[in-house]
Amino acid sequence: YAWDANEEYLFKAMVAFTMRKYSRKNTTQISNVLLCNVTDRVSFWFVVTDSSKNVTTVPGSEVEAAIRMNRDRINSAFLLSDKTLQFLEITSTLSPPVEPSTPVWLIVFGVVLCIIVAGIVFLVVAGIQQRKKKNKESTERENLEEKGEVPVAVENGIPCEALDLKTGHINGVFAADDERFTSL
Amino acid sequence: LSVPPETPKEDGRPKWDNKFQYILSCIGFAVGLGNVWRFPYLCQIHGGGAFLIPYFIALLFEGIPLLHLELALGQCLRKGSIGAWNTISPYLGGVGVASWVVSVLVSLYYNTVLTWVMWYFINSFQEPLPWSVCPLNENRTGLNEECYESTPVNYFWYRKTLNITPDVTESGTLQWWLILCLATCWAIVYLCTIRGIETTGKAIYVTAIFPYLVLTTFLIHGLTLPGATDGLAYLFTPNLNTLKNPRVWLDAATQIFFSLSLAFGGLIAFSSYNPLKNDCEKDAVTVAIVNSMTSLYASIPVFSVLGFKATTGYWDCLDRNIISVINEFDLPEESIMRENYTVWINFLNSSYPEKIAGLKLKRCDLQEFLDQSVSGTGLAFIVFTQAIILMPGSQAWAILFFIMLFSLGLSSMFGNIEGVFTPLLELQIVSKSMPKELISGIICLISFLIALCFTLGSGSYWIDIFDSYAGSLPLLVIAFFEVIGVAYVYKIKRFSKDVKWMTGRKLNLYWHITWRFISPLLLLIVFVAFVVLQIQKPPSYAAWNPKYEGFPMKEEKVYPPWVVSICVLLAVLPGVFIPLVALFHLIKRMRRSKDPRFVPPEVFSCQGANS
Repeated sequence: YAWDANEEYLFKAMVAFTMRKYSRKNTTQISNVLLCNVTDRVSFWFVVTDSSKNVTTVPGSEVEAAIRMNRDRINSAFLLSDKTLQFLEITSTLSPPVEPSTPVWLIVFGVVLCIIVAGIVFLVVAGIQQRKKKNKESTERENLEEKGEVPVAVENGIPCEALDLKTGHINGVFAADDERFTSL
Repeated sequence: LSVPPETPKEDGRPKWDNKFQYILSCIGFAVGLGNVWRFPYLCQIHGGGAFLIPYFIALLFEGIPLLHLELALGQCLRKGSIGAWNTISPYLGGVGVASWVVSVLVSLYYNTVLTWVMWYFINSFQEPLPWSVCPLNENRTGLNEECYESTPVNYFWYRKTLNITPDVTESGTLQWWLILCLATCWAIVYLCTIRGIETTGKAIYVTAIFPYLVLTTFLIHGLTLPGATDGLAYLFTPNLNTLKNPRVWLDAATQIFFSLSLAFGGLIAFSSYNPLKNDCEKDAVTVAIVNSMTSLYASIPVFSVLGFKATTGYWDCLDRNIISVINEFDLPEESIMRENYTVWINFLNSSYPEKIAGLKLKRCDLQEFLDQSVSGTGLAFIVFTQAIILMPGSQAWAILFFIMLFSLGLSSMFGNIEGVFTPLLELQIVSKSMPKELISGIICLISFLIALCFTLGSGSYWIDIFDSYAGSLPLLVIAFFEVIGVAYVYKIKRFSKDVKWMTGRKLNLYWHITWRFISPLLLLIVFVAFVVLQIQKPPSYAAWNPKYEGFPMKEEKVYPPWVVSICVLLAVLPGVFIPLVALFHLIKRMRRSKDPRFVPPEVFSCQGANS
């Protein structure tokens, strides 16, 4: 926005408001605030007079203290910040950075660690179970081989006892057709 | 009666689930942090696009032949590095042991770098990012002094992360937050390598592919940032004059060599799990080309972001000057813009030179900002984090960036751990009944305990030492003996027959020439040049000392003699195993040759072992 007489009026009003709040007297008027040396840069000097005490200026330290108290109100009236609205020789107090009660990184770290530990436990347990199964299988096979003292007859990898010969089909082609065979 | 079918000889060796897993593991091992933070730096300081010429020449004559050699060796012999070299010739067994020692040393410190990445990652979830603002000092009157003098990013890295001591001799204390992160990193490594390649093979799908996704995202975002084109132009503008400097050729050769992770024994371990009839020649060329392409691909987003950072720094410098000029001369707002800044300054300088001089304006030069080249941890943790603060949505970018760095480093760690794990499994030291989970657990636990010394205040100085001495010179020595061993001890004729049997094609003339003459010669030249350059000046380091007059510049200090002796020890220790083992076997043979019952061992051949 452009700086014009209305903005100057607002500034005078804000300073008057600040002085009223600070000194708690209701005597400061807008007419008590005087601006001079306004430049294009929009920089100027200003003084606050005290009408009750014969047109003397209020000491600078008082004005400084008052403005420091209400800095944020003045800033927001002009939609500016400490950086863009500068009062020379009034340094702004720094606000400490926000620190949450538990540092955030600890929380994230806890989550990551839990996931990893769960993964490790799962893999180790799965490995142990697999090993137990393999051991059981190999002992079973050993027991089986021990029991059968007669070597198990195997046809194509299947023990003959498992083959149920009765359920097989009799192939008609090879049915005993005695005429085919030459008689001895 | 049925004839039992012929069963192929099973040696119970674990194998890859599919070929893609194997290729991805090799690529993941080769593509590491160096592709992101060393290659772009080298490109920048050695004349941009012109650096690609020595780089590709080195790739052709050094990288690809050595890679093919290692992959073929592992595949044929089906053993880890120690077993493989023992099989080729007992006198060369030392080469395998040296590889194993280097893998151990590198695993120790590499995971600590990942610890730093993890620390930054878990801090990226905070709003605002902790490295963007300075904390207040004790009495809340101003900002912390160390942070104020340097930048918040520097402060977070040197103080909040490393808590660095001003000197390498001052050890400082163990940093508990780094210990926690280190434990987490080793737990992750254990989780992924718990059963050897059965588990890394699954993890590699994520850790090898994810970085490419993030790089693409950064590429797209980086190219939209202002100033990106300046950065890219700066990176790629070729300056052919730099090729006259031999340092450029040396850097290209060493970069190719270390980038492909040769001579660690990890590649031999990976290819030993392959089926015998596998085309290792194609694999080697594929892995090498993908690695180089990744380096190039990664340098684009890195330099876009660096260009963006330089431009923002330049604009900030200009803006600060403009504000002081406007305040001084009481000019209206927005009368001086960045575009007409020089015009205004010249005008004002001619009319009011004393006032301008009194303002003490800083000289703002974009070239100067672009020239601030950094590599290594400085690039990732200082420069890049600063650039990320300036981007909108900085948390997301920070998180993505650090996960990418973590995946890149983790996939390289897999190769390192395999290089340690596989030979241990084959040596008779561990009994067959001990489960793999226990062995990998013990390796990870011991490494974690030793790596605790890198979490001391002086830890990052020690990591630089390990990186410069244990992770550089011994590898050149090992690679040289690898090529000589295969070409002249095992004999190229035998090896080419083995490779022909494995791939089904006769060996090209290119391989014959490079394996017999060019690669060994090149390695010898690089080794000599490397040693000469190291000896020329006393080894020094840059220390972060807040009490230094030139702070925030780093203080150049010289290593004390006991540290230098440790450096020499690290560089020499792996290499010394080569002559030691050869000597040991020589003595054994001389004793045995007096024994009449001694039968010389039979000659080994790829086909013979598994027919």
